[in-house]
Amino acid sequence: MKQEEGHTVFHHALKIVPELCIGCTHCMKACPTQAIRVRNGLAEIFEERCVDCGECYKACPVSAIIVEQDDFEDIFKYTTRVALVPSVLIGQFPSQITTEEIFGSLKKLGFTHIFEIDSVVEKVQEGYHRFREAFEGSKPLISTFCPAIVRLIQVRFPSMVENLIRVKPPSDIAALHFKEELVGKGYAEDEIGMFYVTPCAAKIASIKSPVGEDRSVVNGVINMEFLYNKMLHIILNKEVEAQESETVNLTSKGILWSLTRGESRHQLGRCLAVDGISNVTQFLERLEEEEESNIDFLELRACDESCAGGVLISGNRFLTVERLNGRAKKLPAIVSIDNTGTSRGYNHNAYDLQPIAPRSMMVLDRDRSLALEKMKKIDELLKVLPGIDCAACGSPTCRSLAEDIVQDRAALSWCVFLQELYLRKGKITLDEADRINATIWGKDRDYRSQSK
Amino acid sequence: MLQTYKVTGGDFVNAGKASSSVKGILKQLNVLAGLIKRVVVALYEAEVNVAAHAYSGNILVEIESDQVRIRVTDSGPGIEDIQMAMKEGFSTASKEVREMGFGAGMGLANIKKNSDTFNITSVPGEGTTVEIINKLTD
Repeated sequence: MKQEEGHTVFHHALKIVPELCIGCTHCMKACPTQAIRVRNGLAEIFEERCVDCGECYKACPVSAIIVEQDDFEDIFKYTTRVALVPSVLIGQFPSQITTEEIFGSLKKLGFTHIFEIDSVVEKVQEGYHRFREAFEGSKPLISTFCPAIVRLIQVRFPSMVENLIRVKPPSDIAALHFKEELVGKGYAEDEIGMFYVTPCAAKIASIKSPVGEDRSVVNGVINMEFLYNKMLHIILNKEVEAQESETVNLTSKGILWSLTRGESRHQLGRCLAVDGISNVTQFLERLEEEEESNIDFLELRACDESCAGGVLISGNRFLTVERLNGRAKKLPAIVSIDNTGTSRGYNHNAYDLQPIAPRSMMVLDRDRSLALEKMKKIDELLKVLPGIDCAACGSPTCRSLAEDIVQDRAALSWCVFLQELYLRKGKITLDEADRINATIWGKDRDYRSQSK
Repeated sequence: MLQTYKVTGGDFVNAGKASSSVKGILKQLNVLAGLIKRVVVALYEAEVNVAAHAYSGNILVEIESDQVRIRVTDSGPGIEDIQMAMKEGFSTASKEVREMGFGAGMGLANIKKNSDTFNITSVPGEGTTVEIINKLTD
């Protein structure tokens, strides 16, 4: 992809392993922002377009897409080793395993402190309230809980960045709050390592290159899938001495916050929750066309069943939701006594997000008349292309091939149907066709000589 | 660039297809969000008008680098008194149309509000033509 001036490099947590990638088209077709192409027999990601939602990771049949993570041993660089745990981690374990056993296994693995992220949702709630009171733009307010959604809005719905609530998500607020608390108790600040156990790739990316904040307070991210395995092993081998969680403020509201309707059911006015990135895209398309919306609050989550369906969740998402609902019933709705100040108190300076900048990837060219020329050409190309979106050209749809052609990233002869036509008409030779196919599918995939 | 669309009378499900498509184009042309919204709202209202009142309609959208010109021509009953029809709250929409949440009598006024240049001509018994021209630069 041509790099524009002033181009910024975005950190992405999703990487393709060339040795494993078989250059099929599954990930490319699953990508909600058309950020993937197949070139030289391998999937390639356009960095500017990727929102780290993880749909490609879910779609890959050979596990060739990996989620980048920090080395687990990194935690031992610190003497105070904090695990920031979201509720969905607990929700993965069968219900006969107790919370104490779960946290005990984390201590066994080397953490000195365990904090439940979702115990700070009242702070987030207070932040939402304050933001809503001061907000002068047009409705609805959109939650910034899901990092993939924030990025999706930046690249595909740039007009809606204004609607994003500029309050950090619970994971960030929890990290800030608990670090402050530990420092207050006398722990040396530079010896505290905050590690976030994540169910999603977008969260890793957002910690490595944050949107709306300068630097994340989190020192490292731990892939939940990786950790769950280790934890389960310890628990099943009965190596755990039961441990109390450090936090006593988890409420039923908190434990369900990261699930679908977890936020929306607690907001004022007309509130809606949409999960699944294609559902969200469809909904935002519609919202964009409305003159005035009478929706007050929108909870949008990239994954089906929200964080329970996160790409790094090993368990079944519906069972995870069920278990968390079961655990929520045993918790109080509100915290009656709060000694630590965990549940209340919103710190503006630390918890506010900076304005979120749009970074549209839709624009064909910064120069309007050039963009219009390209648009006309795309229209012409679409009349010639077969319109069946087979993806055999290495682009996900006929339209995206047309866009790639006008942006000098592909040629019309890459379309297998047109190539066939060109061959028959003698416009290109068999050798040329082979070269084109090697550009897309790699030179090792010599399908013409294959015989069964 | 020229785009054409068709609207069928009574088809509210597909009214909005043209405005949605034009929105996609304007986004790719790097038009400011506020200006896109004006075009989309005006065109959507015009589409709904055809669906609500006419038998069928043709939409012609001409996009240039500095402006967009939209012409919506329908064959239908036409408008007897345009001045009256332009008034906010005036509506001749049927009960059925109102029950679907349309026909509040804001349509034409809203199109005008969201257009830089707005023209309307109508021949009773034949049909109505609405022309919308919006600048694409501030």
